[in-house]
Amino acid sequence: MSAIASQIGAVALRSITRTARQPASWIPPILFPVSLMFVNAAGLDASTQLPGFPTDSFLAFALAVPFIQGALFSTMNAGTDLAGDIQTGFLNRLALTSMRGSALLAGQLGGIILLGLVQAIVYLLVGLAVGVDFASGPLGVIVLLAFAALVSLGFGALGSFLALRTGSGEAVQGAFPLLFVFLFISSFNAPRHLMEVDWFRAVATANPVSYLIECVRSLIVIGWDGQALALGFGVAAAISVAAIALSAWAMQERLTRT
Amino acid sequence: MGHTRNSIEVEGLVREFKKGPRAVDGIDLHVDPGEIYGFLGPNGAGKSTTVLMLTTLLPPTAGTARVGGYDVVKEGPKVRSVIGAALQEAALDPLLTGRDHVRLQATLQGIPRTERRQRADELLTRVGLSEAADRKVKGYSGGMKRRLDLALALVHRPSILFLDEPTTGLDPQSRTALWDEVGRLAREEGVTVFLTTQYLEEADVLASRVGIIDHGRIVAEGSPTVLKAEIGLPSVHALPAEEADRARLVEVLARFGEPLGDSSKDVAVRLREGLAGLPAVVRAVDDEGVRLASLEIQAPSLDDVFLAKTGRSLEGAGENGARPDA
Repeated sequence: MSAIASQIGAVALRSITRTARQPASWIPPILFPVSLMFVNAAGLDASTQLPGFPTDSFLAFALAVPFIQGALFSTMNAGTDLAGDIQTGFLNRLALTSMRGSALLAGQLGGIILLGLVQAIVYLLVGLAVGVDFASGPLGVIVLLAFAALVSLGFGALGSFLALRTGSGEAVQGAFPLLFVFLFISSFNAPRHLMEVDWFRAVATANPVSYLIECVRSLIVIGWDGQALALGFGVAAAISVAAIALSAWAMQERLTRT
Repeated sequence: MGHTRNSIEVEGLVREFKKGPRAVDGIDLHVDPGEIYGFLGPNGAGKSTTVLMLTTLLPPTAGTARVGGYDVVKEGPKVRSVIGAALQEAALDPLLTGRDHVRLQATLQGIPRTERRQRADELLTRVGLSEAADRKVKGYSGGMKRRLDLALALVHRPSILFLDEPTTGLDPQSRTALWDEVGRLAREEGVTVFLTTQYLEEADVLASRVGIIDHGRIVAEGSPTVLKAEIGLPSVHALPAEEADRARLVEVLARFGEPLGDSSKDVAVRLREGLAGLPAVVRAVDDEGVRLASLEIQAPSLDDVFLAKTGRSLEGAGENGARPDA
């Protein structure tokens, strides 16, 4: 293994070890979205009677939401961990080694992706356990996991950027509710074409989170919808590229070493 | 590189922060290979800022510094390859074990996979943490954290070691253990040690040479013995039994030597005639009818050197002259 790959692996392993030893950082991101899904499904099940609703199971419809909600939690976890490293001086310790800034970022994000995948597998298992039928089949499940990894990467990089710019875990946590608002003004509870309030439909259409949810949802309830997949992967890739570029720049600014 | 391999050479080093004074204001210093150099000064004097520049973590505003023969600005990665550093706070991850830390550091420092386990065991044993190696750091005492911090700084066998206030907050036993290890590193392994401290005793015990920094400038440099010998004369410290007699006591003692700054506790002067002047002091105090609660003679200390050079005592100097960013 090359030196840089070893370094990325070591930082990723640390990120995973930290998270595994801190149940408060992985139990809520799994429990909260799943609980919210069941609550919503219980209350909104009648929506499936609406003409044009894409499925007769609201649970199947709502299962897409935990994937994105869990990734949002990743933002906060990645950010607060990195901010903690800045505040305690651990980042300086890492900066004193021969490690490159890009390796540190890649390692951190590698850990986040792996944790995002674990979360996604749990959501999938919950879906299967309650009888959700995956319209896109086994291949769709693989695509779904790949998408979950990409979304975790994007949001994780966003959290890292916030941490590197502010150096404060509190600031990262402060930004979390703002990101959560994007979830609630998206198509997370209803298909956009069935939204009767014009301004809400317009906001949901402009909101990139809608396309992330609809991508996952298409794999679960529709099957292979090229447009939904292209939009979802496109938005997720754009968020990832932008957030990684911003994080890489912020890392360079933060690591003032010569 | 020749003789510069383990040395530190600094010329006119300056660091300015935005909207602040110069934290480091043009310092020059030279540390020989295998030497323990004590960098002594109050809080905010510029010690940590200097260490951050010498360890490549902070670019200087002006001046040059070569560490291990490498320029800290132009050859940062090479500098980092020959130095180890334990910075002011023991920056450890509370959720990782001691062994996790050493392995992570060994990987990031490029130690081959086959050597990592052995190196971790060796270092943890050396700093007395082999039994606690698999416990999470959040359960470690301050002394254990400092020892782990030292082990991490040594993972890649650096030839120059920077220790920024390594014993601050430690109990006397942990402090002595750390001193022993630092002394051994310099003595047996030829490691050059740049040690910042605000403890006079630490500099006195460990350092072969001391640089005293105040307000970003080096005000004195030399071996502790030579510096103290420069001051030469002992001082007498008297505490009046009645506070009302303080002014008279100041006046009486001033006849016998140079007053040693203001203190709310005792009145002190450096005896112009050395110990020979002491009987006359006692007689004069008695003649004036000043009753004393205590009278002490003190040999010159590094604090006296600091006082002589800055007009202030090192103890408490940080509160009066500290710079928040230094």
